[in-house]
Amino acid sequence: MKLVFEKRDPVPMSYRVVSPVLAVLLAFLLGTVFLTASGFSPMKVYAAMFSGAFGDWYGISETIVTAIPLMLCGLAVALSAKMLLWNVGAEGQFHMGAWGAAAVALSMPDAPAWQVLPLMVLAGVAAGAAWALLAAVPRAFVGVSETITTLMLNYVAIYWIEYLVHGPWRDPKSLNFPLSAPFSDAARLPMFGYTRIHWGLIFAIVAAIAIDLALGRTKWGYEVKIIGESPRAARYAGMSIERNIIITMAISGALAGLAGMAEVSAIAGRMTRQLSPGYGYSAIIVAWLGKLNPYGVLLVSILFGGLLVGGYSAQFLGVSAASVNMLQGLMLFCVLATEALGRYKVRLVPTGAKGASQGGHGEGEAEANG
Amino acid sequence: MSRSKKILLVVAVLLALVGAARLNSQSYAAEDKFLVGWIYIGHVGDAGWTYAHDLGRQYVEQQLPWVESIYVEAVPETSDAERMMTELARKGCKIIFATSFGYMDYVQNVARRFPNVLFEHCSGFKTADNAATYFGRIYEPRYLSGIVAGSMTKSNVIGYVAAFPIPEVVRGINAFTLGVRSVNPNAKVKVVWTNTWYDPATEKEAAKAALDAGADVIAQHQDTPAPMQAAAERGKLGVSYNSVMTQFAPDTIVTGPIWNWGPYYVERIKAAKEGTWKTGDYWGGMADGIVDLAPFGPMVPENVKKLVEAKKADIVAGKFHPFTGPINDNTGKLRVPEGTIMTDAELLSFDWFVEGVEGTLPN
Repeated sequence: MKLVFEKRDPVPMSYRVVSPVLAVLLAFLLGTVFLTASGFSPMKVYAAMFSGAFGDWYGISETIVTAIPLMLCGLAVALSAKMLLWNVGAEGQFHMGAWGAAAVALSMPDAPAWQVLPLMVLAGVAAGAAWALLAAVPRAFVGVSETITTLMLNYVAIYWIEYLVHGPWRDPKSLNFPLSAPFSDAARLPMFGYTRIHWGLIFAIVAAIAIDLALGRTKWGYEVKIIGESPRAARYAGMSIERNIIITMAISGALAGLAGMAEVSAIAGRMTRQLSPGYGYSAIIVAWLGKLNPYGVLLVSILFGGLLVGGYSAQFLGVSAASVNMLQGLMLFCVLATEALGRYKVRLVPTGAKGASQGGHGEGEAEANG
Repeated sequence: MSRSKKILLVVAVLLALVGAARLNSQSYAAEDKFLVGWIYIGHVGDAGWTYAHDLGRQYVEQQLPWVESIYVEAVPETSDAERMMTELARKGCKIIFATSFGYMDYVQNVARRFPNVLFEHCSGFKTADNAATYFGRIYEPRYLSGIVAGSMTKSNVIGYVAAFPIPEVVRGINAFTLGVRSVNPNAKVKVVWTNTWYDPATEKEAAKAALDAGADVIAQHQDTPAPMQAAAERGKLGVSYNSVMTQFAPDTIVTGPIWNWGPYYVERIKAAKEGTWKTGDYWGGMADGIVDLAPFGPMVPENVKKLVEAKKADIVAGKFHPFTGPINDNTGKLRVPEGTIMTDAELLSFDWFVEGVEGTLPN
């Protein structure tokens, strides 16, 4: 007997609906085994996680706060992935965006909000875009893998921030601790009501709508999609792949930079060495689960934010942070696995039967676009 | 559109579970218990910084039967910290201990929103009517551990694995080095920065780098016993930190500065309960018992033990301060004149190394 994977094309509607439910149930089932073995009541832990993230207005508001940087970084990753560019550098572009915004805020401590905030947005966006371009230009003209360069540039960006807060930007009033001076109130992005939900949410929603419209209705969007589906066809049709790589990566970096701007301005209020618990990396999963669709990214960000926020609540029942991380990983794994397996039909075939290798070949090419 | 349907379905399932969750999410504390919260940067099992704070929490539970305690661990110094302190306040905590420097601004934010909850921030410098700071003069036992290291090194090179070039860490390195040089003026202390508080693998690598550079004693300002284990693997000695780490490298650890947070926590929680709590910035030393020296390892000679005990008695009695001039910086310039004791303000913003330290500081 032999296991055979056959591609389903198209994936049946019924499966698309059932698979996420199955994934969640499977995750709960595995989690239940794990939690029971560790001596916890699984239902209580799940209940605590959900009520922490979605159980009241405070939880929901904090889930959205956590989701905002994921949304913008997720959009960044998703957009570039549309044309098969793997921007794993959202974390670095996020930090550079925060740096650009902070540079403006710190150099204009007395400016009113209507002057300083737009400039911070501009600087954040420009710095994020510039950081992505460092990887985009060699990719476009010499074919250097952007996966490697964007990843490496993350470390450069993070160490650049470390250098600044330990050195030139260190606030003498902070007793030589690695903190910049606090921003003026004018340089803080406003929040809504008593929550910490800030304008970053509006940025993300506007960005999602803009990306959706641009992809559907502009020449650039059309080219991005064609290049993503078949670079050869695109080249044959006279499209400039180089130019589109540059433009798309710049926009991608700008979005992640905007996330950094919003986080440093609204949440942190000064430059510190710890702004992100890894939003730029989580964004890769978010983009993927959102199927690279801008609205999908927004929704998945909220669910992902809920998973992060709810995880802490499980700790109040005595579940250790490490166990919570494992549970979170389990859930993501199940969702990703069901998602990937959903594209295949799994069958047991007697060895030697003719159909045995049918599913195996010719799928590499078709796979690429997911 | 099937995609959004799918997502809607997931949301629906989640909401159904939320419904179930609401049923048993009643108020947290048992009635008539005094709820106290802790927020930790690391894991309670780190055997170091967070572990020491958690020992303090457990001590509170033992000493004060009317207290119920809760904690959250592994909370980064990001947006998450503000939320978790808010959660603790919302759960009904009367007093909340925030045990990492980077929580500082977030403590202030939450303290403003919950004027009836008391906050205590470890190692920071911002206070409010309902937010105090607390820390210990760990440099005192560090000086004493330096005496032990200086007496026992044969290569006259001591490695010091250090997290970040912030005043607290620089102060520790300096106190340690002054202790080393008080008994061994030829010894050097080589600093290796790790840029992390908690990362066993990196801490170990940094210790190995110091050992490769000729060190035969490893000291540390890190949250895990990994540097001690690196020294043990090479058969060298080590000066631990945070908690008694002897079990991790019994033949390696000569001693080490330790934290003893319990009594302070008990005192502050009692004050909170009785309504006598006042804000302030507490910085206690060996005389208070908030910092101490771990028991000596079996390899430490009697005469060294005696010397250290004598110095310890002087420190406790207020007769000796480790940062008493003359003190040169590591370029040889006299920084503290003979007989002068550095002020707390100077100690709290330390940004230079004393003579005998080999390492770099950003400026």
